[in-house]
Amino acid sequence: MRTAVVVFPGTNCEHDVVHALRSLGGEAELVWHRETDLGDFDGVIIPGGFAHGDYLRTGAIARFSPVMSEVERMAAKGAPVLGICNGFQVLCEAGMLPGALIANRDLAFICRFVEVEVTDVSTILTRSAEIGQRIRIPLNSYEGNWVDPGSGARMVLRYVDNPNGSQGSAAAISNAAGNVVGVMPHPERASDELLGSADGLVLLESFLHSLVPA
Amino acid sequence: MRVSVEITRRPEIADPEGTNIMRALTDLGHRNVDSVRVDRIIHLDVSGDDPGQVKVSVEEMCRQLLANPVLEDFRVEVGE
Repeated sequence: MRTAVVVFPGTNCEHDVVHALRSLGGEAELVWHRETDLGDFDGVIIPGGFAHGDYLRTGAIARFSPVMSEVERMAAKGAPVLGICNGFQVLCEAGMLPGALIANRDLAFICRFVEVEVTDVSTILTRSAEIGQRIRIPLNSYEGNWVDPGSGARMVLRYVDNPNGSQGSAAAISNAAGNVVGVMPHPERASDELLGSADGLVLLESFLHSLVPA
Repeated sequence: MRVSVEITRRPEIADPEGTNIMRALTDLGHRNVDSVRVDRIIHLDVSGDDPGQVKVSVEEMCRQLLANPVLEDFRVEVGE
C-alpha cells in the first residue's frame, strides 16, 4: 500500500515524512503538486513547509494546486488524508477540515517540543494510540493557532500546555468521518530516539494501519 | 480600473497582531487606545468598462481566493 507525500514549491518536510514512513515499513513516494492522478496511491500526507511561500494566507494558494482535486477525491472515498503543520493549513483552506489557522497568540514562532494528549482514538492519526496517552513531539509554526467559529471539529490531540492559543487547546482535529486529520506539531520529527523522541511513531503507525487498498 | 479590496477579520475572531500592537501602544503611554485591529487592503488593476461587472468579478475573486470565509469579510471598491 502506497502513500503519496505531496510536494508544493516551498514544502520542506517531505523527506522526513518519507523516511519516517519507510522506517515503519510503509511505502511512500514524493508527488509533485501538479500531479493530476493519485490512482496508484492508498493515502496522502501533505507535509509541512511554506507551500507557495505562504503568500496571501498559509495554504490559500496551495489549495488550488492541481493535485488537490485528487486529494479531495481520495478523502471523499474514505482514504486516509493527513496534513502536518502547513499541510493542516492547506486542508483547512481547502474546506476539507473545519476552521482556520491564525498567528500564534503571542506572535512568536514556536519551535520546541510540546506535550499533547490523545483525545480520540478512532481517527487515522490515533487508532494505534490510547485515550489519555501523552506524546512529546516538536511544534514548529507561526500560524498554529486554530480557530473554528462553527466548532464542528473532532478533537484528536490537545496540547497539555496550550502554547499558541489554539481553540480548545487543539493540536490535531479531524473531519466527522475521522479519515481527514490535520496535526500542527510534527510526528515525523519525533520518529527516532536520535531526534530526541520517538513518540511520533504511534501516530504514523496509526496512519499506515489505516491504509486500505485503493 | 483600479479596484481596492478591503479584507477585515470578523469581530469574533481573535487578532493576535492587533492585540500585541495595542499592548505596545499602552506600554508607550498611549492609554487612550481601546482596541486595535490589523486588516489588509489589496489593490488590483482590472480591465473592463462596466464598474458593476468589474465589481461582480472581483467579489467572485474574494470568495474564491482573496478572503477566507471562515475568518474574514471583504468590501470591494471600484475606482477610476
